[in-house]
Amino acid sequence: MQKIGVFVCWCGSNIAATVDVKAVANAMRSEPGVVYSTDYQYMCSENGQNLIKDAIRDYKLDGVVVCSCSPRMHEATFRKTALSAGLNPYMVEIANIREQCSWIHKDMEEGTQKAMVLARAAIAKVKKNAPLTAGTTPVTKRALVIGGGIAGIQTALDVADAGYEVDIVEKSPTIGGRMAQLDKTFPTLDCSACILTPKMVEANQHENIHLITYAELENVSGFVGNFTARIKKKARYVDETKCTGCGICTEKCPSRKGLNAFNMGLNTRGAVYIPFAQAIPNVAVIDTENCLHFKTGKCGICQKNCSAGAINFEQKEEILERKYGAIIVATGFRPIDASAFDEYAYTQSKDVVTSLELERLMNAAGPTGGVLLRPSDGEHPKEIVFIQCVGSRCSKDAAKGKEYCSKICCMYTAKHAMLIREKYPDTNVHVFYIDVRTPGKNFDEFYRRAAEQYGVDYIKGMVGKVSVEGKKLHVQGSDLISNEQVHIDADLVVLATAIEPDPTARSIGTMLTASMDTNDFFTEAHPKLRPVESPTAGIFLSGVCQGPKDIPETVAQAGAAASKVIGLLSKKELVGNPCVAHANELLCNGCSQCEKVCPYGAITYEDKEVRGPEFRGTKRIAVVNEAICQGCGACTVTCPSTAMDLKGFSNNQIMEEVDAICR
Amino acid sequence: MQRELMERIRALMDKGVADQVLAWKRGEFFYDTEPAILTKDELGEMVYDSFCGPNLSKYLIKEMPKIENKILALIKPCDSYSLNQLITEHRIDRDKVYVIGVGCKGKIDVDKIRAKGVSGITGVDENGDKITVHTLYGDTTLDRKDVLLGKCLFCKGKEHRIADETVGESEDTSEGSDRFEMVKKLEQMTPDERFSFWRKELSKCIRCNACRNVCPACSCVKCVFDNPNTGVQNKAAANEFEENLFHIIRAYHVAGRCTDCGECSRVCPQGIPLHLLNRKFISDINELYGTYQAGECAGQRHPLIDYTQEDSEPSIVHERGNNG
Repeated sequence: MQKIGVFVCWCGSNIAATVDVKAVANAMRSEPGVVYSTDYQYMCSENGQNLIKDAIRDYKLDGVVVCSCSPRMHEATFRKTALSAGLNPYMVEIANIREQCSWIHKDMEEGTQKAMVLARAAIAKVKKNAPLTAGTTPVTKRALVIGGGIAGIQTALDVADAGYEVDIVEKSPTIGGRMAQLDKTFPTLDCSACILTPKMVEANQHENIHLITYAELENVSGFVGNFTARIKKKARYVDETKCTGCGICTEKCPSRKGLNAFNMGLNTRGAVYIPFAQAIPNVAVIDTENCLHFKTGKCGICQKNCSAGAINFEQKEEILERKYGAIIVATGFRPIDASAFDEYAYTQSKDVVTSLELERLMNAAGPTGGVLLRPSDGEHPKEIVFIQCVGSRCSKDAAKGKEYCSKICCMYTAKHAMLIREKYPDTNVHVFYIDVRTPGKNFDEFYRRAAEQYGVDYIKGMVGKVSVEGKKLHVQGSDLISNEQVHIDADLVVLATAIEPDPTARSIGTMLTASMDTNDFFTEAHPKLRPVESPTAGIFLSGVCQGPKDIPETVAQAGAAASKVIGLLSKKELVGNPCVAHANELLCNGCSQCEKVCPYGAITYEDKEVRGPEFRGTKRIAVVNEAICQGCGACTVTCPSTAMDLKGFSNNQIMEEVDAICR
Repeated sequence: MQRELMERIRALMDKGVADQVLAWKRGEFFYDTEPAILTKDELGEMVYDSFCGPNLSKYLIKEMPKIENKILALIKPCDSYSLNQLITEHRIDRDKVYVIGVGCKGKIDVDKIRAKGVSGITGVDENGDKITVHTLYGDTTLDRKDVLLGKCLFCKGKEHRIADETVGESEDTSEGSDRFEMVKKLEQMTPDERFSFWRKELSKCIRCNACRNVCPACSCVKCVFDNPNTGVQNKAAANEFEENLFHIIRAYHVAGRCTDCGECSRVCPQGIPLHLLNRKFISDINELYGTYQAGECAGQRHPLIDYTQEDSEPSIVHERGNNG
């Protein structure tokens, strides 16, 4: 008979207020196999842990059940406790009677009953536990950053400065990301490019940073410390090693149909183009959809004019396979498609623009050379209406839009309003808002300056409709403070559109098995205590891919992610997880299904002589490489014959738990 | 056709291609056929007629370790899917099998003849679309299509998906039927209606295990229901309800691998439409991951053990699961 000890934690009042901890401890005392059962106010405290250690020694316990918070909190703590008292740490089981019990129940009776059931399940499981020993794996001293915006650049710089090699994979032809498209930045109004481009240059020149632009992540396998990534480098049709970035090809290109994505499609560019003046790498790229050579087989003017001989129509995409110890997701965001909000006439009038389009209209490198002109007729707008929260803070059951606050819109709208009033004092600026949210250093001062010193007309209320009336845009809204309808004939309407995760994030999340929320933002390992780590070990989060944030927050988070990455890469080796899969060779069919579902490539097959009651002879059987297996359990549920089993979470243990719950 | 087939097998054996053939031989009654491994000397026992419904592919698994040269296997078009699936799962070594694709124009279900009120059946003669049933009480003529096996009404077509050579002509007997018709009806039921449908059907089960034993996908070295260490063995017999779960667990085990060969329902002595459980899985897989037919060729990777970017998100699977 085994000797099990049960330790019921009060967690102060967190558990004890809803669960009669003494009753649970008493009830468990009479469970078969239990030789000791007690309760204590804080089991995780030193005294609590000593209680466990003493009981292990005094009662010669060979199994410990701690009824407490989620194992994600203190499983490691109690495993170490057991180890220090001479018990194998994997002989400890946690019954989560806090998150899964006391916190979700109000009724003491119900809560207590459930806590007992959970404790019984853990006792049933621990009886089937076996001592396990963890192995170690080496760490590849190289990091992969996905996304070359400010978040990715900053993380890469910080990791590279610590002496580790970093690759940045960027899907567009240049690094820089969204920040490169911005004109000025709040609340200091410094020029975005002026502060970003030095970072871009630094990343490009850093001996430890390797830029892989115009490339996409195809596949990731492996695990923390030992990832293998397949990166598809798309064909630029321009030889990166030869192109000098002189730009002659972009001037000579006769095709002018391609929309300039950098300018939010407000103007066109050649089929061969360099995204913007400060692009890094400063190398042209051919857009095959608009290139006459690719469409008709004729042309080739760029090739003729390139003195460096860099144009190569035969270039093929390239697949790179590299090993990494850590992966940082910095996939960023895009503004939502405003055409869903047709009440604001976005698709009906060129003079209804999004805020990011306005950034380009106000930027010296933009389509208007920095002069604010109406896209429709090139005239100066005299009445401008800003509409806030377009697609943000929508109700849960609304047909469109996001429930969350996009966080940056209040501030950039104040910035736009202020800049316009500064440059064009004859222009009236109205801002419709739900709330103005300005929590941030110097943010409220900035907003008040816009409203008070620059005379921006802030109207609390939303716009119901924008209709096109001749050259004017008739804006119909409500002013909630004076409780009246507002009608404005505007020349330009600017929509502060919500931001959403970049559409590539979802597939990258799946590739990395990194969890995401319903909005496709990456989930952090702990919302407060581990904000830059994904729950998947070795995956880190940087920037807006984790949730809306402004530039200073992004840079801070990027640095935090880098410090976590450095912490990981500086380790000589990682202690593995001994809860790994293994195949019972007598039962294995050799069907290869487990091999197919293994995300780590830990399963191989070999022909082996087997002597069992069902089969004697040479049989194809699965073999698990324990150093690679991460214990995810995908193989165990795929195996039809239960040949594949997981140490520490065996089919039998789970069955015992279920039985204990159903008893 | 039987003679033609037998001559061809003999010729192949004479050439030394193989020493044995996996074929059908006569059972107790003329309409009973059973799988058999026959040597050249035993070849006279071989039959091939309209009662050769059994899918032979599974019987190759046990022969694999014993075969040194090759074995001949008679495979109907529908059976070829199962054979491919088993080759995919490394249960059958393709190099050890010489596949003779045998022609099939649909197989006859003697129970359907009986259901027409015909008893004392002593023999059957076929004449195109008609069959003449000889009985102790005289002859009866029936439409052939009215007495075909249930699985033949959803024939997968006349093409052999794997064969080294073919003998005889085949015919598609599906007549454009929709194999998911009944699945759709079940999906339209309320959960309570559906529950009582299955309770009624599954409560007929006598746990003879015929469905499992005949199923080409149920070919584990040791079935979980025979393995006392799994802990499910006794559970599946604990009470009437848990016994129903046997079939549901079985359907899960073959999901993605089931070729819809229909053998489970063919052999069920209680007439439970077990194939509908599998078809529901197939229809869900088709809907969520794109049309997929297990066993279409060897080396496939079924959607449940594969990942593509186009796969439905788990949330969508969950949502549809709630609605279905």
